[in-house]
Amino acid sequence: MSDPRTAILGRLRASGDSGPLPDLDTAVLERRQWPAAQRPAQLRKGMEAVHTEFLEATPADWPAVVRAFCEREGLKNLLYGPASEAGAALAAAWPVGGPALKPYDRPVEAFKEELFNGVDAGFTGTVGGVAETGGLLLMPGPAEPRLMSLVPPIHIALLRASTIHDTFWSAVKALGWGRSLPPNALMISGPSKTADIEQTLAYGVHGPKRLIVVLVDDLA
Amino acid sequence: MHAENEIHFRDAAAKALQDPQLRANFRRAMDGLITKRKAQFPDPRDLQDLRDLSTAIRSRSLLCLPELLEQLEASCSKNGIKVHWAETCEQANELILGLLQARGAKTMVKGKSMVSEEMHLNAFLEKHGIEALESDLGEYIIQLDGETPSHIIMPAIHKNKDQIARQFSQKIKDAKYTEDVDELTAMARKVLREKFLNADAGLSGVNFAVAETGTLCLVENEGNGRMSTHVPPIHIAVMGLEKVVARLEDVAPLYSILTRSATGQAVSTYFNLITGPRGAEEKDGPQEVHLVILDNGRSRIYADPQLRATLRCIRCGACMNHCPVYTRVGGHAYEAIYPGPIGKILTPQMEGVGVRHDLIHGSSLCGACGEVCPVEIPIPEILVRLRREATHEDLGSKVAGKGTGRTATEDWAWRLWAGVIKRPGLYRVATWFATRFGKALPANAPLIRNWTQSRTKPVPARRSLSERMRAEGVPHE
Repeated sequence: MSDPRTAILGRLRASGDSGPLPDLDTAVLERRQWPAAQRPAQLRKGMEAVHTEFLEATPADWPAVVRAFCEREGLKNLLYGPASEAGAALAAAWPVGGPALKPYDRPVEAFKEELFNGVDAGFTGTVGGVAETGGLLLMPGPAEPRLMSLVPPIHIALLRASTIHDTFWSAVKALGWGRSLPPNALMISGPSKTADIEQTLAYGVHGPKRLIVVLVDDLA
Repeated sequence: MHAENEIHFRDAAAKALQDPQLRANFRRAMDGLITKRKAQFPDPRDLQDLRDLSTAIRSRSLLCLPELLEQLEASCSKNGIKVHWAETCEQANELILGLLQARGAKTMVKGKSMVSEEMHLNAFLEKHGIEALESDLGEYIIQLDGETPSHIIMPAIHKNKDQIARQFSQKIKDAKYTEDVDELTAMARKVLREKFLNADAGLSGVNFAVAETGTLCLVENEGNGRMSTHVPPIHIAVMGLEKVVARLEDVAPLYSILTRSATGQAVSTYFNLITGPRGAEEKDGPQEVHLVILDNGRSRIYADPQLRATLRCIRCGACMNHCPVYTRVGGHAYEAIYPGPIGKILTPQMEGVGVRHDLIHGSSLCGACGEVCPVEIPIPEILVRLRREATHEDLGSKVAGKGTGRTATEDWAWRLWAGVIKRPGLYRVATWFATRFGKALPANAPLIRNWTQSRTKPVPARRSLSERMRAEGVPHE
């Protein structure tokens, strides 16, 4: 008896009618376009509809906006990635006292309990946004570990308006994701939610209960 | 003749129809889903263009299926994802058990996976002392009651809030009775967070697998999929072999039409792209990622040019949401992993058209399923084809159980018909009797009864057409 792989591929090949491949007409995707200045509003519309909250900021004052939010909400701490660009900029502008910045700088095995039970919020950057449906594009990695945007009850994400693409399709092409991807990349459109009980929407089922986007206006 | 272990959808459906609570639960849910889907496709041209594109992408993937699977395996291996192949559910179960036992895993958290339902993986692992806990809220709810999903996207849709409130207060430790959906959700969150934190392994399905980059795409709203795939030290993904597409670019339109067709969402909360285990410098993510590619009858479906369209399915559930039969009887009546229209064509092809003869006929062929299918699977045409396959073994196909769906009564009726229609004299006599005495036949006569129990008995004309034409002098021979 041959091994499963050989047997399966053999059966598939035996069906071998490799007819002409149908053409792919992507016009319906190309039609979805917005001028750069309108993309932030389009993105907000989609994300606010699913309970994402927005904070407006400038390239200079966004760390202060994050800080003010943490103080206003009475957060004790904020998890951040010290080696990431956004994390380093945040730490450089973070006043002493008040909400503490907590670095995610060691393997999760040494940090799991604290991550699940001792963190009020996580702060990450983004690599872009999607205007059509609303969505943030993230590439977690060594500088910004995967669980920062998942485990803490609040996720604060930094989004620069100039990085918003028209569609997920155009973003994938522009970011070169189709050629190579890190071990994890993702799109997030809002806080965790479910409608599994009688189709009634409930937020914060397994992931963050709140998603806060700090939208930096850098289009000028 | 009829397969011995035949299942009777008709009986289960009749029982479901007597349950007003069940019918109300489904009616409300399906109406909601139909309305939400419709709102997502305001422009019929955009919808048709997107369906055409999605259909073309899925058809292309299937045309190059063996090559794409090999490419997927190579790309995954390069990324550090170990690929395994299984011809049967038993092989897949053993494979997964082996992976878990080798690492001493005792608990596993699961993201939603219909393929794992197909494998009956939970029961198999429990038997070997490994806890397999569903973490999708709907799946968690039905697992508490030992039930199976009644819908492929909303597994607990047959239950209402009060039923879940009672269940939680009885089955979750220290839970108080509440009908508040937020409070119920919070209870499940508390239980499952603890499980995510301590699980030895995580398992998920795959919505799309990208051959070029070796990426596994997961669509979800709750975050339990990300929890199951990123927190435990090992992640095992299971997929049917048809799930592969060539490029990540191809995934974008499929993803868009999937969420809109399924739940009427423009986009899901999370779209998670997994391309490897924890990288060298990474601080979290699983140390190992495994991909199990399952056949379980799919390569046989693939062999048939018409039936192959079944494998285009992206599991959105729109066909069941719009099905007049499904909406009235719910998912459990089908006694199949995949209920509704897609289940009616998929299940008989996997388990045999004779054994699941009931499903192929449990349709009014109204066509709604084919009309809403985002990848244009001609479900009604395939149903008709399978009906034919079920009673003929000589059509030259490879359909499972072909020819085993014949019944003695049906055979006898067709033989009688053939005998009469081939003999003009006999036919004339038969029609003479039918037209003169058909009216006198009681509506509850055997055989007739099957038709008349829910319909008026047709009354034959007093004279046949050919008699009338002859009488009126119309030339017709």
